[in-house]
Amino acid sequence: MLRFLMRRVLIALPTIILISIFVFALQKLLPGDPLLVLAGEERDPEVLEFLREKYRLNDPIPVQYLAWIGNALQGDLGTSLRTNQPVTELMAQKLPVTIQLATMSMIFALVIGIPTGILSAVKKGTVTDYVANVVALSGLSIPNFWLGIMLILLVSVKWQLLPASGYVPLSEDFWQSIRTMLMPSFVLGTALAATLMRHTRSAMLGVLSADYVRTARAKGLSERVVILKHSFRNALTPIVTLTALLFGELIAGAVLTEQIFTIPGFGKLVVDAVFNRDYAVVQGIVLVTAVGFIFMNLLADMMYFVLNPRLREQ
Amino acid sequence: MTHLKTAVFAALMGATALTAAPGFAKDLRIALQSDADVLDPDQSRTFVGRIVYASLCDKLVDITPDLEIIPQLATAWETSDDGKRITMQLREGAVFHDGTPFNAEAVAANIERSQTLDESRRKSELKSITSTEVTGEYEIVLNLAGPDSTLIAQLADRAGMMMSPTAAAEAGADFGLNPVCSGPFKFEERVAQDKIVLSKFDDYWNADAIHFDSVTFLPIPDTTVRLANLQSGDIDMLERLNATDLAQAEADSNIVVDSAVSLGYQAITFNINNGDKGDNPWGNDKRLRQALSYAIDREALNQVVFEGAFAPGNQSFPPTSPWYNKALPVEGADVEKAKALLAEAGYPQGLDLEVQVPNSTEPLAVMQVVQAMAAQAGINIKLTSKEFATLLADQSAGDYTASQIGWSGRVDPDGNNHPFVTSEGGINDSKFSDPKMDELLNAARVAATTEERKAIYDEAKVIMLDELPRLFLYHVKWIWAYRDNMKGFTAYPDGMIRLENVTWEE
Repeated sequence: MLRFLMRRVLIALPTIILISIFVFALQKLLPGDPLLVLAGEERDPEVLEFLREKYRLNDPIPVQYLAWIGNALQGDLGTSLRTNQPVTELMAQKLPVTIQLATMSMIFALVIGIPTGILSAVKKGTVTDYVANVVALSGLSIPNFWLGIMLILLVSVKWQLLPASGYVPLSEDFWQSIRTMLMPSFVLGTALAATLMRHTRSAMLGVLSADYVRTARAKGLSERVVILKHSFRNALTPIVTLTALLFGELIAGAVLTEQIFTIPGFGKLVVDAVFNRDYAVVQGIVLVTAVGFIFMNLLADMMYFVLNPRLREQ
Repeated sequence: MTHLKTAVFAALMGATALTAAPGFAKDLRIALQSDADVLDPDQSRTFVGRIVYASLCDKLVDITPDLEIIPQLATAWETSDDGKRITMQLREGAVFHDGTPFNAEAVAANIERSQTLDESRRKSELKSITSTEVTGEYEIVLNLAGPDSTLIAQLADRAGMMMSPTAAAEAGADFGLNPVCSGPFKFEERVAQDKIVLSKFDDYWNADAIHFDSVTFLPIPDTTVRLANLQSGDIDMLERLNATDLAQAEADSNIVVDSAVSLGYQAITFNINNGDKGDNPWGNDKRLRQALSYAIDREALNQVVFEGAFAPGNQSFPPTSPWYNKALPVEGADVEKAKALLAEAGYPQGLDLEVQVPNSTEPLAVMQVVQAMAAQAGINIKLTSKEFATLLADQSAGDYTASQIGWSGRVDPDGNNHPFVTSEGGINDSKFSDPKMDELLNAARVAATTEERKAIYDEAKVIMLDELPRLFLYHVKWIWAYRDNMKGFTAYPDGMIRLENVTWEE
């Protein structure tokens, strides 16, 4: 297992380097001059020239890249062009927010998606199956921003049950933090639940028609044990992969949801940074999320070992 | 299906819904349209940043809602007869948030920093000051290269904000990470895109007029969400309510709406002589630009796009400004006149005009209405929507024919005119050049009295409306909405939120 993991990590390294080059180059291809915006409404030429020098924008692009990656390897991702804050500090502020949002959304997604997926597979072709499918489809089709605004208007403005938007750190006020995050994670979770439900359903359908399930039933095992112990466990592998990938996506940011609920997470940070041409911030975030994504993938690989005894024996 | 979703959700909520006590609002929560940039008055450039400064950093002088200059940290000032020396008396007993006393030395250090810090965006605003002389603990003399009637008004904004010289010397260009000024509130913390927290400064010279323990600024970009937060009581005040949300806000008995016409404008800029593209019919013939102006019904534009909430305009000052030339009022559309002018210029069949527009909702809506109006006169407008950084780069490089763009406005009339339409103007992207205009606007900079300056600007307006390097459309109104517990707020045309004498009643 260790050797397998080592190999995966080694494969991941060139991927990360390629991504960093790609993002760096892509940003330089964007039209527009960030400094014209940064220099202020008056656009003083003297200030413009100084800023170009300061942020090394006069250097050839490969030189700029090497300078950046050299600093990045030492843990310095530069400072934001817009706020002068160090990028690492910005991300340290956002990471807990994003992880909390991702985790809570995932809980919603799993709690809703997996049971409905199992249910609709077991009751295939019945009314239950159709209803579950329609619910899943609407979860996918209803735009997040619309559902978000509707929830705010109903739950916060009309019923005054939850805060309309914003973010409270867990460490500051645990319950308030959970309450503020409930609506956005519900919005995100329902969309993901739909995907999970569909995958669970098809994985379960595959397993349920397998011979060993028929044998289990023939042995006289209860339907509960057949479905949860024999079938579901075998159907889990694709679901775990999907969950890990979805979680990776959540870490990369849920831009629209964050915008609607004014959650200061990664998505909002990176979108604002792209619009402001805040190079250092965009590069930093993409690098970190790429690493995060690869890490989630590794985690999924490790889960296979836990779930599948045959792999452990190899 | 959404009902189902919401119902399921509400049921889930039931378990955790503790009663939300709307905290005792001695902490004032203000929602901003976007996040501020760096919090260093010498480096910053955003409008929302200035809203934060209004609570954080005192200036040498302030303005009244009618744009008169009044004392803040400077209590009196006098200009010598030749206009080259300004002697300022300073407030005694003011102190910076770090305990450094405010005095003439501090003012000198601040002016030096604004003029010499490499990153400073304030250099052009203070260009006329050649040196400073500390003539007493609370008296300073500003020596000028020549008479400059615009200077005092500059000191009513970021160029006049006083930072602790101790903190500024220590932090250098990183001052914005932990700003130390002398305003009614001091900096506590900032989480980018989340909040900026300020707390009451007990040693403030006018502390009795401040009635909040702290102020939290929250950037909430979505206008619907901003209003929803106000209605639910999660915030106490918001700036820049959408004109289209006015009815909803006014219908809520817990909310008060206040507004003031801004100092700035929205306009269409033409490329008159900026590079190859300046050589186009629109840049070469003012009659075409006049035709477009006649084709636009500015009041209708305001009604259609902003439900009549903003102010139609035809000059670089809004009609409510004391500097507005009342002899040249905003007129309705005259399509026949527009057609006649087109024919006179040799385009009886009409012609095309490509206008670049920032890719956000409001400018696009405005230009689509202008497009429809122009079509009636035979002008076929093509809109090219560009992301702002790109639009600005193209405009500055002369790669455009016409561009829809705005200006945030300045207290002194010079700032709304000189940079754009004089030959040496720093942001004259039209490259418009007219000797008479140069002469007038330069004269307005040195004219000693307000009456003299007004007469000069009136004359310049005549040329500007005839030549139309910028075709003015409307003036934004700053619209604030706040909980009715908040009393004593005054709307200012600079869009700032001043918290002196504002109180909160439970």
